[in-house]
Amino acid sequence: MGQTPHRSAHAGTGGPSVPSSDGWSAGASARVADIPGTPRPPDHGLGGGDALPRAKAFGAEKAFRGLTMAAGTAVLVIIAAIAVFLISKAVPALRANTENFWTYQGWSPNQTAPKFGIGTLAFGTVLSSALALLMAVPVALGIALYLSHYAPRRLGTALGFLIDLLAAVPSVVFGLWGRDIFVEPVRDFSVWLNTYFGWLPIFGGDGPFGKSILLGALVLAIMVLPIITSLSREVFLQTPTANEEAALALGATRWEMIRTAVLPYGRPGIIAAVMLGLGRALGETIALAMTLGITFGISFNLIQNGGNTIAANIANAFGEANDTGRGALIASGLVLFAITLIVNISARVIIYRRREFTESAA
Amino acid sequence: MAKRIEATNVTAYYGGFKAIENISLTVEPKTVTALIGPSGCGKSTFLRSINRMHEVLPGARVEGSLTIDHQDIYDRDVDVTAVRRMIGMVFQRPNPFPTMSIFENVVAGLRLNGVKRRSILEEAAEKALRSANLWDEVKDRLGKPGAGLSGGQQQRLCIARTIAVEPQVVLMDEPCSALDPISTLAIEDLMFQLKDTFTIIIVTHNMQQAARVSDRTAFFSIEKTGDPGRLIEYDHTQKIFSNPSQKKTEDYITGRFG
Repeated sequence: MGQTPHRSAHAGTGGPSVPSSDGWSAGASARVADIPGTPRPPDHGLGGGDALPRAKAFGAEKAFRGLTMAAGTAVLVIIAAIAVFLISKAVPALRANTENFWTYQGWSPNQTAPKFGIGTLAFGTVLSSALALLMAVPVALGIALYLSHYAPRRLGTALGFLIDLLAAVPSVVFGLWGRDIFVEPVRDFSVWLNTYFGWLPIFGGDGPFGKSILLGALVLAIMVLPIITSLSREVFLQTPTANEEAALALGATRWEMIRTAVLPYGRPGIIAAVMLGLGRALGETIALAMTLGITFGISFNLIQNGGNTIAANIANAFGEANDTGRGALIASGLVLFAITLIVNISARVIIYRRREFTESAA
Repeated sequence: MAKRIEATNVTAYYGGFKAIENISLTVEPKTVTALIGPSGCGKSTFLRSINRMHEVLPGARVEGSLTIDHQDIYDRDVDVTAVRRMIGMVFQRPNPFPTMSIFENVVAGLRLNGVKRRSILEEAAEKALRSANLWDEVKDRLGKPGAGLSGGQQQRLCIARTIAVEPQVVLMDEPCSALDPISTLAIEDLMFQLKDTFTIIIVTHNMQQAARVSDRTAFFSIEKTGDPGRLIEYDHTQKIFSNPSQKKTEDYITGRFG
């Protein structure tokens, strides 16, 4: 190193000529000073008095930058790899399809003349997920607000922990529970709905009831509840106290304070939480394979046995599928991929439209 | 539109900790009253007891009597939101609602009170912003986010938001401590104008500021850390700063203590 002072490239603190024997050198520079063979001149501190040292060609800074960049690139590579795999498997099956992939209602890809259409599955996926979110989001936000702003702190922490536990229950357990136990009350409720609200097409039909879109969506709602609750609770807790106090000092009640300060501040976070919940609902496989009636038809009826989703169909049909059958299932997976992508992009757009306000909040 | 505040033996707690003890003083209408004293002496606690913001913190409570024109603020039948509408508050750090535009910030309090007519809101917003000496600076960008203004402008925005609901009393908790001298001057000028309409109580660490803006000054102090804050002396500002009757006050304002 010669005359160049041996010290870290980041040593920018302190002025010139700080005595290095005590005080300033106790921290970062002590490590440097301990290296044998490089005695530090006694009259120079961290700030240095000599010529400026050269920047290091290789150091922790560059290594770390490389690591993070590699991690970031990996995401793109993985997504591209999945897309390539799905497309390469799907295209031959789609070529072999003797019916229109978009409009045909049915799924028989294993026959010599394969016939399959995505319409019913995509419809069932979107309907069950939307219904699940419709039920789960208000409840989840209510729980999150209670935990963050109404419950005594200890109770809030304990309940929050319980809800996080709920997220760890495997979906097959939800599926079994839904199929064997929860189906009974849902069937009774469906009959009741059919009796009194049967004039509404969504509650019409002659039965049988039970293993319906309603049951699947209810089980899904319970499954996505913890994610949405947990995330939005975190977001609500981050509302600046200053803003909450500002609302209260203007004469807001607790609920008005939440409406004025907490919800608008948490809006992007709530959207993100709902999107994660939706992602889980769209991709949920086994719980729906167990609770839905598995039919192929587009119907808004919520309470009759029936319903199917892309993921549930893959789980049900993969075992007995031949080459074309697997390709067809992969093609359906590709459509699910696209639906998820569209949903996420629209969420981004919603958040982005208000960026002027959310960015200045930081 | 300004009312007299009378505090009698006000004692405030944070859980088991007694923050202030037996504070008694009377604030005259349409005056500026400054609360001064060393850190931790309970000035802000006392200020926050006046509009019942103290009790927002878990475990915090207030004893004694606080009245506004002889109405007990802490009466059990009194609606706490009504108290806070009557006694507005400006905080130490400017805290405009980050998700709202300048306009929405100013009318936030009116909206909370159920005012919906656009014309009324616009009129009130202009009046409040003019009173806060901010109108000329923001009139062309009322739709922009309130958090995009400079610190001093944000604080005047918060003052506009507070006075838009036309309170009787405005409490200010070190409103200039996060601001540069020019913004501070703007807000001090503003206080002179506002006291024609409102009763103002201001907590400040800056003794020159207390001397400049206030009619009366209350000096708070504590014996030692952990003791409750007490009111040492309360008098006309001129008297406090020229000829205080208590030794402790004199020590504090001459800089020998605190």
